[in-house]
Parts: sequence; structure tokens; C-alpha cells
Amino acid sequence: MNPNKNHFPEGDAFRRELNGRYRSATIGEVLFLSALLIAVISLTALLYNIVDGAFGYTAYEYKVDPSTITSKPLNELTQPELVEVLKANISKGAYNKLNNEQAMETRSQADLLSLVLERIIRIDTKAVWSLSDSLFHKTEIEAEVAEKYPDAKLEFRTWLTMNFITAPMSSRAEFAGARTAILGSLWLVGIAVLFALPIGVGAAVYLQEYAPKNLFTRIIQTNINNLAGVPSIVYGMLGLALFVRVLEPLTSGSIFGVTDSNGRTVFAAGLTMGVLVLPLIIINAQEAIKAVPDSLRQAAYGVGATRWQTIWHHVLPNSVAGILTGTILSISRAIGETAPLIVVGASTFITVDPDGLFSKFTALPIQIFNWTTRAQPEFHAIAASAIIVLMVLLLSLNATAILLRNRFQRRL
Amino acid sequence: MENNVEPEYAIVTNDLSIHYGSYTAVKGVNVKVEKQKITAIIGPSGCGKSTLLRSFNRMNDFVPNCRVTGELLLQGQNLYSKDVDPVEARRRIGMVFQKPNPFPKSIYENIAWGARINGFKGNMDELVEQSLRGAALWEEVKDLLQKSAYELSGGQQQRLCIARTIAIQPEIILMDEPASALDPISTLRIEELMQELKKNYTIIIVTHNMQQAARASDYTAMMMIDDQRSGGVIEFDDTKKIFTRPKDKRTEDYVTGRFG
Ligand SMILES: Nc1ncnc2c1ncn2[C@@H]1O[C@H](COP(=O)(O)OP(=O)(O)OP(=O)(O)O)[C@@H](O)[C@H]1O
Ligand SMILES: [Mg+2]
Repeated sequence: MNPNKNHFPEGDAFRRELNGRYRSATIGEVLFLSALLIAVISLTALLYNIVDGAFGYTAYEYKVDPSTITSKPLNELTQPELVEVLKANISKGAYNKLNNEQAMETRSQADLLSLVLERIIRIDTKAVWSLSDSLFHKTEIEAEVAEKYPDAKLEFRTWLTMNFITAPMSSRAEFAGARTAILGSLWLVGIAVLFALPIGVGAAVYLQEYAPKNLFTRIIQTNINNLAGVPSIVYGMLGLALFVRVLEPLTSGSIFGVTDSNGRTVFAAGLTMGVLVLPLIIINAQEAIKAVPDSLRQAAYGVGATRWQTIWHHVLPNSVAGILTGTILSISRAIGETAPLIVVGASTFITVDPDGLFSKFTALPIQIFNWTTRAQPEFHAIAASAIIVLMVLLLSLNATAILLRNRFQRRL
Repeated sequence: MENNVEPEYAIVTNDLSIHYGSYTAVKGVNVKVEKQKITAIIGPSGCGKSTLLRSFNRMNDFVPNCRVTGELLLQGQNLYSKDVDPVEARRRIGMVFQKPNPFPKSIYENIAWGARINGFKGNMDELVEQSLRGAALWEEVKDLLQKSAYELSGGQQQRLCIARTIAIQPEIILMDEPASALDPISTLRIEELMQELKKNYTIIIVTHNMQQAARASDYTAMMMIDDQRSGGVIEFDDTKKIFTRPKDKRTEDYVTGRFG
């Protein structure tokens, strides 16, 4: 007979004890479920808040009555007629400038129409309502408009349109677009990745495959891990000191004969972003390389491979999925960063697209920040639209990361 | 096959010791491994068999702070002297690991890769076929050469690893418990294979399986740890002698299963 047996509860005592265990299990489950609910509610609130701002009724007036410039309703004008209207109503200088940007004859009808609206007729937005107000308080809104702005037109407006994505910046929210900012963000990310990916993967390979495990490499490793958690504004300060000031001849392009810029270029900002994501890329690549089993390295060495052949033919191909996933997730971080860009000198109002390393630039988060700080409600509406653009960009990046992982992942 | 000429040796060790940091895992090994014979290394777990085997083709270069003292002579040259290139040594001394570790590539590539990186210029298809035949795997996989090696069974994978090793035509093949994860039938096939391979290669095999050592090997090295936990070869002789008339009492206890 086992002498320990009578130390366990039996019969009723056991059942009571078991019920106690079930109770704590239920408490645990309820706690976890409420945590999940809180998380889901906050995320839904965030989404609702953004979408709420990007659609809704707007009341606006024309500063110039369209009937004074053309007899037809505006949107029935043909492309040549619109060109005529423009020619007749804006200054010659402004017309030539537009014509130089893109020849009038080659512009689409929609493009010309928005030019006519922006330059000649000019829209004056009186009020903007959120999506929820527009849906549930339509009659109140109509009454309010009729009373306060008898001349205004009330229209349901989708602020996030194709035009919003493709139009350049403008000082009028009704015509402003995010193109300059989107392109700026893409340039930044492109430069950051081209800079940080090779360096990050190289450093990770060295740390994992070559470096002896000694105090020195441990110190370096700890530093890299800590750098990943340094607030981004600190990287901004570094970028300002290093890329904007010290390396100005390089980042302004003056050593390449570019004269019309200072160090506050998309190049300097891209490098700053590169340094910002470098620790993340290194750590992710290290994890991916670590996940390649040692037995595979031994197999390669066992048939007489050199270290380089082992790395190039086996270690890297088997870690590429992890490296790419890590890189894309780091990009997601970079694309949402605002603080370092402000420090290194992103422009807040700029209408020309970045067209090279040494251009001035703005980026989506900068633009969003700028628009949300404006007083007029129509700017808040386009800020909400820009946030949606940014989120879609982030979502597609993350989706790409998942696809790449599934595509490249090999069974080991 | 008794004759009077001095047999040729593939490996001769002189007071070979292997240290992990300050711990001496294997101490003072003096053995002569005869060419084109199968030499088995037996002994209890942790006595340094794998450590010793890895030192034979410098695989322990990759173990941090592993150090080798003494001499390990291959045709009179010390494998650990400065002018020996470890990559070349590994090409001449192939290794089959305890756990099958094919590359995550096709069956064909598994064999072709080692040959290619070593500058093989001949007909690759022929080499692949010949190596797979040599490892008694050809008949099973000849129609699946482009399939991933991971789709093979464990025993087939291990034979693929043997094929991969013989494809680079080494002089010596080291096997660390090649059959420990295999069923009795696959184990037997690998033993038959070793008998076939020994016509061309010198084979050194680590095994925990006494019957396997007795059945398949010509010579046996018995290893045991001393009171400082350092392993050493306590007896090295004809396999027949080790299993029938061992000189050392500890060997006798071990091979008859009375150990520990
Ligand atoms: N990489 C290492 N670093 C430090 N010590 C090690 C290392 N590898 C093995 N050892 C030690 O060396 C001794 C011998 O190990 P080894 O793997 O050679 O034993 P073995 O005879 O092959 O055992 P088994 O039969 O269980 O495989 C053990 O005490 C082990 O702890
Ligand atoms: Mg072992």
C-alpha cells in the first residue's frame, strides 16, 4: 500500500476541491475574454473614428457662379471646352505654368474640371459633418444648412477618392491630395530598405555565423537589442547631426553637383529611417538565421563546403522568409514614424513630388499631423482620409509579409 | 585474411586528447585504424565517442572552445598541423551523422551539391545514379529524383546521406550511430551497405548496438570514462577478440551487458 495515498483528498473532499479548481478556471476564462473584448472595442473605436471623419455631408458655396463663365452645366463641358474656359479665366502666367506641368490637351476631362473648380469657381466649404451624423441626422443637417447657409449646396462627399490619392498638395482642402506625401513615404522607405537591408543582413550573418562568442560580441549584441527600443526622436537627432549636418555634402548632393538643396533631403531622411530600422532588421535576421538547424550546417561542412558556401547555399536560402518578414515589419514601423522626420526637416507644405535623392519631401504621417492641426473641419476630413491611406499601406505591407513567409518557408 | 605485410593504416593517433574548455572529454587515445576495414567504437553514453569521431575530420572546429592536443596522422601527416586545410580534410573524410540530415532540396541536388562545390567536372547524372546505387537507394528513388529529400522515410534519408558522402569519394567514412533512429530492417540494410562500402572505403562507426558491432565490424575500440570523467580507449582489438576474450574486465562487463 502506498503510504502517500491517504494524503490525497477522496470522495466528497475531492469533489469539493475539484469544484474549486473549476471555479478558478472560469474566473481565468472570464478575465481573458474581457481582455480580448477591451482590445477589440478599442480597435473598433479607432477604425470607426477614422472612417467617420472621411465621409459625410458637406455644405459649400461657389465663390464664382458657374453660370457667369459658361452656359452649360459644368460637368457637361467637353475637354476642349474646359481648356477654353481655363484659358479665358486664369492669368496667362498661371495657365502656362499648368501647361508646362502637363500639356492641357493631354489632361483628362476630370482633371480639367477640378482645375476649373479649384482655380476659377473656387469652393468655399461652410460646414462638414461626420459619417454618423450624415447617416442619422440628415433632416437636422438639411434644416441647419437651409437656415445658416441659404446659398450653399449640400452634398454627400467621399473625401477619400482616387483624386485624393493622385492629386498633389494644395492649400485648399477640397482639392488637396496625398500624392506628394505618398511618394515621399515610398521614397523614404525605399532608401531606408536599400540602406538597412544589406547592412542588417550582413551584420546578422556575421554575428551568427562568424563572430566568436565572447564578451565583446555579447556587448555588441546587447547594444543592438537596446537600440531597437530607443525612442524614434533620438534617431531623428542622430539623423540631424549626422546626415543633415556632417554629411551635408553627400546628402544635399553638392558633391554630385546638385546646388539647389541643403541637407534636408529625402536622402538624409531615408538614411535616418534606415538607421532607425537597422536594429530591428538585424535582430529579425538573426532570429531567422538562428532558426536554421545546426544539423544542416554540419551536413554542408561534412561534404567539404567552406563557411561561405554553407551560408550562401543553405543558411541564407533557408532564412530568407524570416529575413523578409522582419524587414517588411520594420518598414511598417518606419512608414508610420513622424518624429524623426520632423527633426530632420520634412516639409509640411510642398507641392512638388520628390524626383530624386536630393529633393525636398514630405511623408504621410507628417501630412496627417499637419492637416489635423488645421482649424478648418475640411482639413480634418482629409486627414482622416490620409490615415486610411496609411493604414491600407500598412495592411498591404503586412499581408505581403505573410504571403512571402508562406511562399518561401521551407520545412526543415 | 592473415598475411605478414604490415597493414596499411588510414588513421594513426598519438596521445590524442580533446578538451572542451578546461574539461578533457577524451584523453590519450592511441589507435591505428586499418584501411578498408570497419572499425567500431563502443562504450557507454557520454564517454566521448562522438567527440573522438568528430575530431577525425575536424568537425569539432565548429564547437566553441574545443581544443585538440596530440597527433592525428593521416598518411603520416598530422591533421591538426597548421598547413592542413580543414575543408580539404572534410572532403577526404566524409561523415554520416546520427540523425539523418539531408538538405532541404531535391534528392538529386542532395547528391549533386557536394560534388559540385568540390569542382566535380564529370557526368553528374551518372555520379548521382552511381552514388545512389552505392547506398542501395537507387531502385527506390530512381523515379523521384526531383522530389524533396524530406519526403523520404528516415531510413531512406539516412541512406541518402550515405550516398551524398560517397558521391564526393572520400577515403574514410565516419558514421555516428547511423542506424540509431532506424527500424531493424533499415539497420540491416545499412550494415549490408557497410560491407559493400568497405571494398573501397575505410569506415569508422560509433554504435550502441553490441550485435551490430559484433556482426559488422573488423576492429572494435572500447571507450570508458575515468574518475575525472575523461573518456579514453581502454581496449582496441579484433572485434572477435573483444567479444569473446576481452583483456579488460570492464570491456567484458560492457559487451556482455553487465555494465553499470
Ligand atoms: N559541445 C560540447 N561542449 C562541451 N562539452 C561537450 C560538448 N559535446 C560533448 N561534450 C561533453 O563531452 C563528453 C563526451 O560527449 P560525447 O557526445 O562525445 O559522448 P558520446 O560518447 O558520443 O555519448 P552518446 O553515446 O550519448 O552519444 C560528455 O561529457 C559531454 O557532456
Ligand atoms: Mg554521441
